[in-house]
Amino acid sequence: MRPHRNHRAYWAFLGHRLSGLALALFLPFHFLALGLALEAAALDRFLAWTDLGMVKLAEWGLVVLLALHLFFGLRLLVLELRPWPGGDARLGWIVPGLAAALVIGGVFLIGAF
Amino acid sequence: MSDAASDAANKGGELTVRVWRGAEVGAFATYLVPARANQTVLDVVTEIQRYHAPDLAYRFACRVGVCGSCAMTVNGVPRWTCRTHVSRVAKAGALTVEPLRNLPRIRDLACDMAPFFDKWKAAGGRFEGGATRADLPAAVDPASPKRRAADAGIECINCAVCHAACDVVAWDAEYLGPAALLRAWTLVNDERHLARRATLDRAMGPGGCASCHTQGSCMAHCPVGLSPTEGIAGLKRMSLAAMFLGDR
Ligand code: SF4
Ligand code: SF4
Ligand code: FES
Repeated sequence: MRPHRNHRAYWAFLGHRLSGLALALFLPFHFLALGLALEAAALDRFLAWTDLGMVKLAEWGLVVLLALHLFFGLRLLVLELRPWPGGDARLGWIVPGLAAALVIGGVFLIGAF
Repeated sequence: MSDAASDAANKGGELTVRVWRGAEVGAFATYLVPARANQTVLDVVTEIQRYHAPDLAYRFACRVGVCGSCAMTVNGVPRWTCRTHVSRVAKAGALTVEPLRNLPRIRDLACDMAPFFDKWKAAGGRFEGGATRADLPAAVDPASPKRRAADAGIECINCAVCHAACDVVAWDAEYLGPAALLRAWTLVNDERHLARRATLDRAMGPGGCASCHTQGSCMAHCPVGLSPTEGIAGLKRMSLAAMFLGDR
């Protein structure tokens, strides 16, 4: 990380962008899986595959990315649409947003295993 | 305390200073200067010019954080050098001093500020008043929301630190940049400015506020503590309102 970028708002920018990109890359596979529903046997095989531990772990990653993208995106919407108190760019929302995304990931893991 | 005595107070410590020499093409030269108890980065650059490299080009004027001419990149971060103490930024007695990022380099530590000010003009940053000498000064209520919003930008010293810190400026040649957009935000909130709508149109146009990715580097590094990010968010809000609710 070049020194001029090493501050909270830049990390939030990276988190939001990279999670968005990763989710966009995942989307075609999501649609592919939905397409399998046209053929019951194929869908069942696919769903059995998603029960594998490694696949569940990857799903956990997706859940965390989605939640992170949601919370960082909300921060952007709020900071662009509402005036800010004390000129702080809602920096105080970044770490709690990350924490909330991890909590949601944790809830998913509890449900999954 | 004489210089010699203050040197002794620092146990004869030395700073190793790498300074950019040349223009776009160039190289770092290394100088050793005495570490002193109370020393700014600008002091160090001046010492190098006085005792080691009389042909070193750099800019400064006020030396007290008012004129905005002394900004340079210090250990990778854009800073006003006259108010940056070495003790705060040196890493193990080492400093690297370069010209500001995102501006053409003229020579050594001096860069060409013209593109920076051209963007102020392109952002509609010129005040247009309608009053004459015969008129009384405009009565602007200091507590009004608009006047308070204008506060965000009027202390700007045009140092270009934010311009150098912003990645979008580096990525998109058309982008007007944080300082110019903050100036536009000040003007659209200035009751006396007659070209308010024209300024808003330019701030909303290509390279305007919509290009900002809210990375907040401008806000993190502005030496005066201003928040161009906030002004740009204000412009985004205002342009959205202009689009949906109509604006004169
Ligand atoms: S908030 Fe906008 S203007 Fe400021 S550094 Fe980030 S991208 Fe540039
Ligand atoms: S907004 Fe801050 S960093 Fe940018 S030019 Fe003005 S004083 Fe310098
Ligand atoms: S010399 Fe004027 S701001 Fe540094």
